[in-house]
Amino acid sequence: MSKFRKRNKAKQEIPTAALPDIIFMLLFFFMVTTVIRQDKLLVEQKLPDAKDITKLERKSLVSHLYVGKPKEEKFGQEPLVQANDAFVRMDELVLWVTRERDKLDEIDKNAMTISLKVDQETKMGIVSDVQQELREANALKIMYNTPQLIEKE
Amino acid sequence: MARSKNRGNQEVNAGSMADIAFLLLIFFLVTTQINSDKGLQIKLPPPLDPTQPPPDIKMKDRNIFKILINSNDQLLVEDEPLNDPYALRDMVHEFITNNGVDPKQSDSPQDAVVSIKADRGTSYELFIQVLDNAQGAYYKARGGVLGISGEEYLGLDAKKPDEEKMIDRAKDAYPMRISIAEPNKLGGQ
Repeated sequence: MSKFRKRNKAKQEIPTAALPDIIFMLLFFFMVTTVIRQDKLLVEQKLPDAKDITKLERKSLVSHLYVGKPKEEKFGQEPLVQANDAFVRMDELVLWVTRERDKLDEIDKNAMTISLKVDQETKMGIVSDVQQELREANALKIMYNTPQLIEKE
Repeated sequence: MARSKNRGNQEVNAGSMADIAFLLLIFFLVTTQINSDKGLQIKLPPPLDPTQPPPDIKMKDRNIFKILINSNDQLLVEDEPLNDPYALRDMVHEFITNNGVDPKQSDSPQDAVVSIKADRGTSYELFIQVLDNAQGAYYKARGGVLGISGEEYLGLDAKKPDEEKMIDRAKDAYPMRISIAEPNKLGGQ
């Protein structure tokens, strides 16, 4: 008899009531730590695809420039350049690069990369104007931001 | 009596709560798109010194692979029109891996330059396609040095010492010399 009783005790289930709490904690941890800092886009952004793309190693060294047709009609139809949360004029770009560079540590200043996110409808004219300004500002490492091309076969 | 007591003691089955939470977690993991910084990297030439005349560099014509794009998105490659930008990949690859065999192609990978010149009216989409194919040809050639494909070359991790050596070796064999000329204004906007 005593043996039977012991068996009964061993049958006890592991309490799983705390499991959802643990999972929820994980969920909240992920939700809180994933900071998706994205500038509010004022221009259209449909990036062209490319096949052989490379990845930037350090995201802290990257500054983004957005080029494209403004989303709101009051800004006109011509493509504009957006940096951070506002439009910038061409002659302000050098100043913008200087400010972005000042945010970096002294060692990393030469490694700064400008990521150009250009809408595929844009003409090369404004892109090359931007490049000329970046050259002027000595920001020579640039990247044309493109998603991976998925080949249809 | 004992039975009713047992019933009152019954707990709500919370085992499936974990499943629901897992479902939420997976939903968030799948839908969260983390903006990745991927793309085509190039290095711009340093700004010209206005006090000094631009350096006069003479290069043999055979060492320059000329790609011109006009404002109607038409390609002129080595003075011949081309319709398919994807055909450039093989053409550029043939050009840089020539090593002086064909008198019309490059002397050596070190001398070869791929020159892309776009018009102000060229669409950015086509320009990216052309640049992508030119770079892809270089990656293919670099992979060829190591006996791997272009995709495998791009997959190498520069943080690992042995793979870094492989990358350096490939880069030495095929230095990427893609020149992006300033667009002219002839074609208009």
